[in-house]
Amino acid sequence: MTIEWYIVLSSLLFAVGAMGILIRRSPVVILLCLELMLNAGNLALVAFSRMVGNQEGQVFALVVMVIAACEVVVGLGLIVAIFRRRLPLNVDDLRELRG
Amino acid sequence: MEEILFFAAALGALGGAIGVIGLRNPFYSVLALVVHLFSLAVLFLLLSSAFVAAAQVVVYAGAVVVLYVFVVAYVGGGEESAWEPIPGQRLLAPLFAAALFVELALAVLGSSLAALGTEGPKVGAGFGDPAAIGYLLLEKFLIPFEASSILLLLAAVGAVVLASRREAAPSEHPAESVQGPSSNGDGPSGRPSSEEVPAPR
Repeated sequence: MTIEWYIVLSSLLFAVGAMGILIRRSPVVILLCLELMLNAGNLALVAFSRMVGNQEGQVFALVVMVIAACEVVVGLGLIVAIFRRRLPLNVDDLRELRG
Repeated sequence: MEEILFFAAALGALGGAIGVIGLRNPFYSVLALVVHLFSLAVLFLLLSSAFVAAAQVVVYAGAVVVLYVFVVAYVGGGEESAWEPIPGQRLLAPLFAAALFVELALAVLGSSLAALGTEGPKVGAGFGDPAAIGYLLLEKFLIPFEASSILLLLAAVGAVVLASRREAAPSEHPAESVQGPSSNGDGPSGRPSSEEVPAPR
């Protein structure tokens, strides 16, 4: 398969993740959609690394995985903290910081 | 053979992604994410990057998804309200996503990169295997590697602080007084025990 297919698939997955962030209300699902977008970026990185024939893009993908793991840990910690305070787990109700 | 694998994995990845955003129950969304991640690992293998595929399965499908399952089981599903703060948001979001996809695809495919239409140069058997990636990580990218390890440590500490049971701010938040009766009614032993438990620690 040529690299184009991977890139188009990666854009499609990114768009699906962005749509999920816009239409879902639960913070857990929004974090999942963030994972989708990060993974789409990873796919593009690895595909370009294969296109150039250089392995350094795969190292970038690994670093993105680390960032994603950090984001999950902090985001889920926030969700647990929100749940402990008995606040609603709905991003539209948690809008105190909105300007 | 490679085409069949690619299209099977692409369908799995896309189906998993749509399942994540389409399923009502967050638990099923997490399971759809597992399908998505395994399909992506197959795609990484097709791109001859074995180590990234293995890390994908181990880190994501192993650790991250388990964390998600724990949190979803803890906070419960919860139904989503139909209330929209921005009118028509649910209608506009797919349009935005379609525009984003078209724009990204056009931006890449219109870049006239000659190598996009190829399968990439011939690479040896050692391309993307753990030895090569490990060499890169520990030689050329040592500083980013160490920086990401520090970042992981900071994230772990931050998560412990965020989710610690000791409710750090019962006095500084005025909302706490509003919550007081409900939390007392829910678990009368919760508040005293949370103050007694940290002392022996």
